[in-house]
Amino acid sequence: MIQSIKKHQFLLEELVKRDFKRKYKGAMFGMAWSIFNPLLMLLIMKVVFSHFFAGDIEHYTTYLFCGNIIFTFFSESTSEGMLALQGNAEIFTKVNVPKYLFLISKNTQTFLNFALTVLVFFVLCLFDGITFSFRFLLLLYPILMLLIFNMGAGLILSALYVFFRDMRYLWTVAMQIIMYVSAVFYSVDTFPEYAQKLFYLNPLFLFITYFRKIVLDNTVPSFGFHLIIAFYSLLALVIGILIYKKNDTEFLYYV
Amino acid sequence: MSVLKVENVSIRYKVGDFRQIGLKEYVIRRLKGNYHVSEFWADKDISFTLENGDFLGIIGANGAGKSTLLKAVSGIMTPVSGTIEVNGSVAALLELVSGFDPDLTVRENAYLRGAMLGYTRKYMDERYKDIIRFAELEEVENKPFKQLSTGMQSRLAFAVASLVQPDVLILDEILSVGDGAFAVKSSQKMKEIIENGAVTILVSHSLEQIKQYCNKCLWLDKGRQIAFGDTASVCEKYESFLKGKLTI
Repeated sequence: MIQSIKKHQFLLEELVKRDFKRKYKGAMFGMAWSIFNPLLMLLIMKVVFSHFFAGDIEHYTTYLFCGNIIFTFFSESTSEGMLALQGNAEIFTKVNVPKYLFLISKNTQTFLNFALTVLVFFVLCLFDGITFSFRFLLLLYPILMLLIFNMGAGLILSALYVFFRDMRYLWTVAMQIIMYVSAVFYSVDTFPEYAQKLFYLNPLFLFITYFRKIVLDNTVPSFGFHLIIAFYSLLALVIGILIYKKNDTEFLYYV
Repeated sequence: MSVLKVENVSIRYKVGDFRQIGLKEYVIRRLKGNYHVSEFWADKDISFTLENGDFLGIIGANGAGKSTLLKAVSGIMTPVSGTIEVNGSVAALLELVSGFDPDLTVRENAYLRGAMLGYTRKYMDERYKDIIRFAELEEVENKPFKQLSTGMQSRLAFAVASLVQPDVLILDEILSVGDGAFAVKSSQKMKEIIENGAVTILVSHSLEQIKQYCNKCLWLDKGRQIAFGDTASVCEKYESFLKGKLTI
C-alpha cells in the first residue's frame, strides 16, 4: 500500500490541493475560518454550559475545548470523507487508480485543519493558566490514532454512501448522538460507576479523555487505555480496508 | 512477443434498481419484493492477441460490450474469468472532458489531469508550457475552468492527454477534437502518438475510420465475439451483416 501511495504521490498531492480549494471556495477568510470556527463554537458553548458545569470542572474552558476540537475533527473528517468516493466517481470510472487515495486526500485536508486548531488550543491553554509539560508530547499518540480511526470510519462510510445515498442524513443524526454521549461539555464523574464504564465503548470519548488527562490532570493514561484506543482505531481501519477490497470492482456499478 | 493477450475473457455487468437509492428505499423495495438486479454477460469468451505495431478496431452495435472490454483492458473492471496480459503500460483516453473541476484554474486542472494519467510532476513541469500552447489557452491559464467554452475545455483535455506515451493506447471514438485548424492539428498529433505506441485500440462506429487506420478488427455483438482478424475480411462480413445478407 505504501508503495502504491508512492507511485500515485503526484495524484495525491493534486487531489489534496483540489480538496483544499473546494473546501474554502467562497469562504470569506479562507483558512482563517478553520480557526474562527472552533473559537466561535467554543465561545457559544462556554457561555451556555458554564452556567451548568463550570462550578464542578476546573479549567472549564480548556476542558470544553479538548472535547470540541476532537469532536470537530472527527465530525468533519467523517462527514466529508463520506462523500469522497462518490465525489470522485468521474475519476475512478475512467482511470485505474486506487480508490482509497480520495479518502487519504480528504483526511489530509481535515487533518491540517485540525493541526491548526490544536495550535489555537495551546494558545488558549496559556490563557487558561495551564502548565505545559513534556507529557504534552504524548498527545501525538491519540492524534495519530484518531487519524487512523477517522480514515477507517471514512472508508466504511464512503463505501456505504455509494450504496445508500441517504447515509448522509443518517450520519448527521448519528453525529448529534455521538456528540451528546462523548462528554464534550459535561463530566462523567457524576454518573454511577457502571455507566462510566459504558463510556469506554465510545472511541471518541477515549480520545477526548486522553487529551484531558494529559492537559488538565497532567497524568499519563494507563497502558490499557492506550491499547483500547489502538484497538478501536485499527479495528475501524481494518474493517474499512476489507470493505474496500471486497467492493473494489463493485463501486463502479453504483455511481 | 505479444503486447496484449486477451484470453477467454468474460465480464459480467450488473444493472437494476440499486443505483442512487437510499437505505430507506432499499428496505421498502426489498419488503415489497420490488428490488430487481440482473446480471448479464457484457463480454463472453473474448480472445485476441495483438503484436507490436498492431492497430485494432472494435466494431459492433451499441451494447455489444466494446466499452466494457476496454475498461477491462485498462484495469478499471475485472473479468470474471479469463486473463488479460499486458506487457507495458496502458493509457485509456475515455470521455476526455469529464472529470475536470470547474472551480480549479486551467493550470491546476491540467496538472490534476496529468496526475490522473500517471505523469510525474517533473514531466508536467517540463511539458506544461507545450500543453497550454498546443491547446491555445495561454491567455486563460489562470482563469477558472468553468469560464472556458466547451471547445476550449476539450482542447485542454486533448492537449494533456496527447502527452501519453503508453505501450497500449485505448481510444473511445476520439481521433481529433475541435474545429477547423485545431481538428487538423489534433489528428496529426494523434497519428504521432499512435506511431510511437506499440499497440492502439480504437472503438468506432465509423467503418471508414476503422478501414483507414486499423490492420486488425474485432467484431462484437451482444457480448459475443463474432469475428477477429484482418480488417478487410472482418469489415466485409460486418457490412454484409448490416445489409442483411449475413446472419449471425
